[in-house]
Amino acid sequence: MLKSPYDTDCITWSPQGRLFQIEYAMEAIKQGSLCVGLKSNDYAILATLNRAPSKLAEYQQKLYEIDEHIGLCFSGLTADGRLICKYLRTEALNYKYTHGTNINPQRLVGKLSDKAQIKTQRHSKRPYGVGCLVIGLDENGPHVYETSPDANFYEYYAVAIGARCQSAKTYLEKNYETFANLSKDELIIHAVKAVKSSAQSDVELNGRSVSVAIVGRDTPFKFLTSEEVEATLLHLGQAMEVEV
Amino acid sequence: MSRFNPYNDNGGTVVAVAQGSRVVIGGDTRISNGYNILSRNYNKVTQLTSTTFIATSGQVTDAQALHKLLLAKVALYKHQHGNEPSLRALSKLLCVTLYSRRFFPYYTFNLLCGVDDDGQGKVFGYDAIGSFDELKYGAQGSGQQLSISILDNQMKGTNRTDSYSFNSDPVGLVKDVFNAIAERDIYTGDHVLIWDVSPQGINQSTFRLRSD
Repeated sequence: MLKSPYDTDCITWSPQGRLFQIEYAMEAIKQGSLCVGLKSNDYAILATLNRAPSKLAEYQQKLYEIDEHIGLCFSGLTADGRLICKYLRTEALNYKYTHGTNINPQRLVGKLSDKAQIKTQRHSKRPYGVGCLVIGLDENGPHVYETSPDANFYEYYAVAIGARCQSAKTYLEKNYETFANLSKDELIIHAVKAVKSSAQSDVELNGRSVSVAIVGRDTPFKFLTSEEVEATLLHLGQAMEVEV
Repeated sequence: MSRFNPYNDNGGTVVAVAQGSRVVIGGDTRISNGYNILSRNYNKVTQLTSTTFIATSGQVTDAQALHKLLLAKVALYKHQHGNEPSLRALSKLLCVTLYSRRFFPYYTFNLLCGVDDDGQGKVFGYDAIGSFDELKYGAQGSGQQLSISILDNQMKGTNRTDSYSFNSDPVGLVKDVFNAIAERDIYTGDHVLIWDVSPQGINQSTFRLRSD
């Protein structure tokens, strides 16, 4: 993207009808590490590839529980992501306190988008620097949503965002039509495979650098333990060797 | 012309006894308004975490608001800390929650009970504005005075000249206490819901009382 004379702030349109600051904010997501979301008729899964700032450091967590029926992960400016997580948790808890039931995931994602929109129409604010993937359960089943700095949100069968997400997207496009009736374990394998397909060969994939979480009709939101993730990676590693 | 009174006592009694790593909590299931019975099937005890419970007597609407608030605070704690709050942490949380309403109190008389981080069963007793103390056993509500006399006698050996021996079954003791209170307290009766909490698990039972 080339520099433009109309990109100084959010409140300036370009002659072509574009708001460049928002488009630049979308670029920030591509700098972040990979997030994958997918669903079947009964489960929705999020998987992330985590980064560590150096060999001495712990991997940074990007996957969070919002409520027992909703989970979130993000790519981009992780600080923005954590604040969004805090906001969503507060909103979900307040709704549960007032109404005695779980908030509808689409409503919650809508609230986030409304908040994001404000940041695109003030001269003094900048848009969020993260794209979020949200999985949630309502009475119709599991859902996967993506939010972005342009204050839109979309629902998906399967989605990937972040660095080198095209490989994961290609894998998901090839396979998503088979997801609907898969078992929980088969779906998890697809999620981890999608993450693997985007990871470069020098990136270490283990139970700490890959996080996976699941929500389902009979399963409140929970993380897979690092041992479970390692087992899946190991299983895939052996399977990949067989394929070759 | 009498002024609107926001407070109303819905009666009932809650009792809790701690012994070793175990705590037994009992609450009767009657709610009353004056001489009328509003329900014979109301649960006064709420589970806050996997090992802690709050049992409340007093005004039902304030008790419900308080329990709801505490459940939300526990959920927030779990999000922020990644684990459940200990009984000790909750005891202080309940205290400050009650005191935050020092000038329009929750008309609630609480017992916070459960198994703490050290594996010991404990009971904390509260007044309406948050003053609390750790106890071996406690009672709150319309049958408090009647039950405390029996509990003192059985757990501490007061008011008896015979050789004192500790009652070995706290669940049996709680049932005996409720039977005794139901005889004389008009606001206590119908059923008792009993939770037997220990590190091994939670056993819930129902016990019938006089319905008069």
